[in-house]
Amino acid sequence: MEMIGFLILFPFFVALLMACMRKGSLLRRYTLYAACIIQIVCDVYFSVTTLASGKTLTFLEETHGLDQVILIGEWVLVVLVCYYSFKFRKYYCALLSVLQTGLVTWMEKVGYVEQCPTTNHIMIDKLAIIMCLIVGVVGCLICFYAMGYMREYVHHHSEVADRRSFFFAVLFVFLGAMHGLIFSDNMLWIYFFWEITSVCSFLLIGYSQTTEAINNSFKALWMNLLGGLGFAVGIIYAVLQLKVVSLHDLVLIATDGNNDLAGFALVTVAFLAFAGLTKSAQMPFSGWLLGAMVAPTPTSALLHSATMVKAGVYLLIRLAPAMAGNSVGLMIATIGGLTFFMASCLAISQSDGKKVLAYSTISNLGLITACAGIGQEEAVWAGILLMMFHAVSKSLLFLTVGAVENSSGSRNIEDMHGLIIKLPGLAYVMIIGIAGMFLAPFGMLVSKWAALKAYVDAGNVLLVVFLVYGSATTLFYWTKWLGSLVAVHAHSDRIEDKTKPTQWMSLSILATLVVVLCVLFPMASTYIIEPQLQDMYGTQVGDVLGRGNIYIMVMMLILLFIMPVMARILTLGKKEKLSSSYMGGINVDNRKFVDSLDQPKQMYLSNWYITEWFGEAKMLKLSLAVAAAILIILMTIAIGGALV
Amino acid sequence: MAKMSKSPWVLHYDAASCNGCDIEVLACLTPIYDAERFGVINTGDPKHADIFLITGGINEQCKDVVKQLYDQMPSPKVVVAVGICACSGGVFKDTYNILGGADTVIPVDVYVPGCAARPESIIDGIVKAIGILDEKRAKMKKGLPVDEAKEEE
Amino acid sequence: MTVFSWQVALAYIILAPFIGGFMTGLDRKISARMQGRRGPSVLQPFYDVSKLMQKETKMVNHLQQFMVSGFLVFVAFTGALFFWGGDLLLVFFSLTLAGIFYVLTASCANAPFSSLAAQRELLQMMAYEPMVLLAAIGFYLATGSFQVREIAAASMSGIVVLPGFFLGFVFILTIKLRKSPFDLSTGQHAHQEIVQGLNSDLSGFVMGLVEIAHWYENVFLFGVIGLFILNGQVWSIPVALLVCFLVYFLEILVDNVCARVKWKLLFQSAWIVTACTGVINLMILSIVHLAK
Repeated sequence: MEMIGFLILFPFFVALLMACMRKGSLLRRYTLYAACIIQIVCDVYFSVTTLASGKTLTFLEETHGLDQVILIGEWVLVVLVCYYSFKFRKYYCALLSVLQTGLVTWMEKVGYVEQCPTTNHIMIDKLAIIMCLIVGVVGCLICFYAMGYMREYVHHHSEVADRRSFFFAVLFVFLGAMHGLIFSDNMLWIYFFWEITSVCSFLLIGYSQTTEAINNSFKALWMNLLGGLGFAVGIIYAVLQLKVVSLHDLVLIATDGNNDLAGFALVTVAFLAFAGLTKSAQMPFSGWLLGAMVAPTPTSALLHSATMVKAGVYLLIRLAPAMAGNSVGLMIATIGGLTFFMASCLAISQSDGKKVLAYSTISNLGLITACAGIGQEEAVWAGILLMMFHAVSKSLLFLTVGAVENSSGSRNIEDMHGLIIKLPGLAYVMIIGIAGMFLAPFGMLVSKWAALKAYVDAGNVLLVVFLVYGSATTLFYWTKWLGSLVAVHAHSDRIEDKTKPTQWMSLSILATLVVVLCVLFPMASTYIIEPQLQDMYGTQVGDVLGRGNIYIMVMMLILLFIMPVMARILTLGKKEKLSSSYMGGINVDNRKFVDSLDQPKQMYLSNWYITEWFGEAKMLKLSLAVAAAILIILMTIAIGGALV
Repeated sequence: MAKMSKSPWVLHYDAASCNGCDIEVLACLTPIYDAERFGVINTGDPKHADIFLITGGINEQCKDVVKQLYDQMPSPKVVVAVGICACSGGVFKDTYNILGGADTVIPVDVYVPGCAARPESIIDGIVKAIGILDEKRAKMKKGLPVDEAKEEE
Repeated sequence: MTVFSWQVALAYIILAPFIGGFMTGLDRKISARMQGRRGPSVLQPFYDVSKLMQKETKMVNHLQQFMVSGFLVFVAFTGALFFWGGDLLLVFFSLTLAGIFYVLTASCANAPFSSLAAQRELLQMMAYEPMVLLAAIGFYLATGSFQVREIAAASMSGIVVLPGFFLGFVFILTIKLRKSPFDLSTGQHAHQEIVQGLNSDLSGFVMGLVEIAHWYENVFLFGVIGLFILNGQVWSIPVALLVCFLVYFLEILVDNVCARVKWKLLFQSAWIVTACTGVINLMILSIVHLAK
């Protein structure tokens, strides 16, 4: 119990320290490093001991005092949002914030909550532990990296005011809120932490205070506040109609076929799932995640790989059993599948590295969302694995892109041409990250495979179609990027690698995790995910992929690693000579050719973006409109159907 | 291992030809002559080619191209000059803009005269070139130098 | 009865280059006959590879031969996994990995023709990938298993319930076999498209390895075609071989009568045909499944 309190409160405490410390001081740097290490160690220790005990822990039945604190906290957030909304004249955000917090406060003050049976406010099951590991380990590695990164960032962006103390403080508040969110079972508590993450993301995105950053941060704010409103309405409905405040109980009621209230519970589930959609940036709410790319890279990494968006899919996975085979599930699965396909198409047309990562994030979250929407054991198994692998691979990619940008001055994929010569270290790490995102035998592919199987078993043809077509487009944009990285530029020099040793530490740990996880995931499945599913569904989930296949994949991994040796064996006794590339006989060297005026001309090789089909101008509005229509129609059907 | 001569792949380059010989070269691949029955493939890539087939005389513009294509061909390789222009410059020999036959820039192994060279003689030239290819391979095996032209750095 | 085992996988690794080479030779002979020529010997592909092995090798950089080795090893692995009777989805994922190695072979040369071909090859992969994955799903719905071994031992031939999948797969097979009208990224033997496509900057024994990898790939692809026919009975094996031969003949015919299309038509037609054959068949199958 104390341990949990520590895990949630320690980041807040560190945030306070960070806010107070002097800019650029050595003390602050080492405090941050120490805090990250402590947090990681504690998270891992806590997870391991809890797992070893094998129990689901629940705590805190009576929390009157704490509830008051949380209520005050919520109003502090409202004041904060109002302050910024009035300052930048975006009054609708203030309105949304006041409205939802007002509703919740009214409900609490009138005393409806007291009528609900008291339950434990804190519940720690296996899913919470997985999230705890993701948030703690990946999140802290990102903070670790952020320290070195921000020094360079301030150096490069002299026009941006140096607000690093604020930045680090908010990062840690974020981590604290995430811990709170995943450990809580009481919906009011989850809602409070949910709101903190919304506001923090708003603050982080607006870090540079440019017009673009401010606009994008408000975009993120209103979308997430809209989700928050949905959350609030869901809670109020649950309290008034079902007399329940525990998320766990809500799901139990919704899945209980004999309970008359099951239909009403679905209404709450629909509202909560709506909140989950906004937070995990599903279409039509994908805009905020794309806009969030203006923030410094650690923000993007933290928001889009380990924390913010994972909170959305985490909630959806929690609700998954209640969504199996009903209209709410249909809504979530359809939106998820559509988002997966559309976002992966849109990623083809992007050349900005971070934007590709953003679209890929939206797309992968769509896959997890669809898994949750299907709601069956197999699908949830795939969803949880996707969440794990995605967090690790994607944060690695974000951090590497940031490091490349710091060293080379650009994060455009076109400029990463020949990175394997210019910045070999970062290029190799990036190749691991990209391979981790879509190639056999790495993690994401494994879970995508399981997801495919789950969709087929659930008989959802639409999702299967989205998945097979979306896999094809995913293949296109990642391989294109990979091709740019490995292009061997002749006469290209190394660039000075400005990545700090601490940044390298984060990168190498994450890269190792990407590789190690594909060997270790069967263990994670046996000891964490399968027991979790047993708790959720009460049925034993066998090997989804089959033990034999896992051995084969390990074999593939080994094959990949001994490829250099294999290449040597295949080419034994042969010698190759280096010569120029073929350019119709008119090359000056490998990068210049003779033009029609008999002058040497620089060759430029660009990637193919197929903008005429996949460009944002063509596809984005269309997909947002389609998604919005589907959302409105299916949400109406879901809620209407539940009430009738 | 089968002899190299069983699979002669040809790179055809039109230097400063009037296209007369080029048409005859392509005629070799038509059903009537069917050069492919000897395994001949008309490839467009010097890196895949064994036989370099040049038509037309050499001028300032194509001089470097011919040289580079020749350099990009992996050893062993044979050059066949097709048509009188490629052999010696033909009627253009003394004009100001023609340097002469293909042998002014690269070593030529087989000369196929004619204006235009007939398909029969072109095929005959290729068959001769195939023999030289085998000889060169045998030399290469012994570690002797085969192509006197300087390799590209 | 099942024909799949590790002995078959081993036999595949040893024999596939010979069968594949022979198939290519046959292809050239039949093509020549269709064009009214005599054509080269059936053994010509072996002569070609033997020559490539003896030639000097000129590369743009050393990374290329690493990538080519990756292509060869993973294509062989894919086929071996298939003929061992493994999971069909895993087989296709491994094939994708091999394909990506091949694309990277061209990308890493950083040369104009190679890079162009790499992008085009990627487009082709994007075009055929949905149908390939759907085929695996089709087999799963028809037989209840992704395991090639179990699919082949099913009581009924897959094609009976998967005619749409079969047609769709034959359609994208044209892309995979690099036949006209869909040979945008690299043509076979005498065909050229923007010089030699992915192979533009390969030569000598590295090029030979690529040819061998193609042979492995072709044998594997016809294995998948055969899988549509195989069932528990012994007679299905000769029938499967016959169907493979007919499909191959059809592909050669298409190759000879069609002109190469533009990329848009390739991409659109592949996706639309996939939707009209595979997806519709999938819908019917899943409705039947739900009814059960």
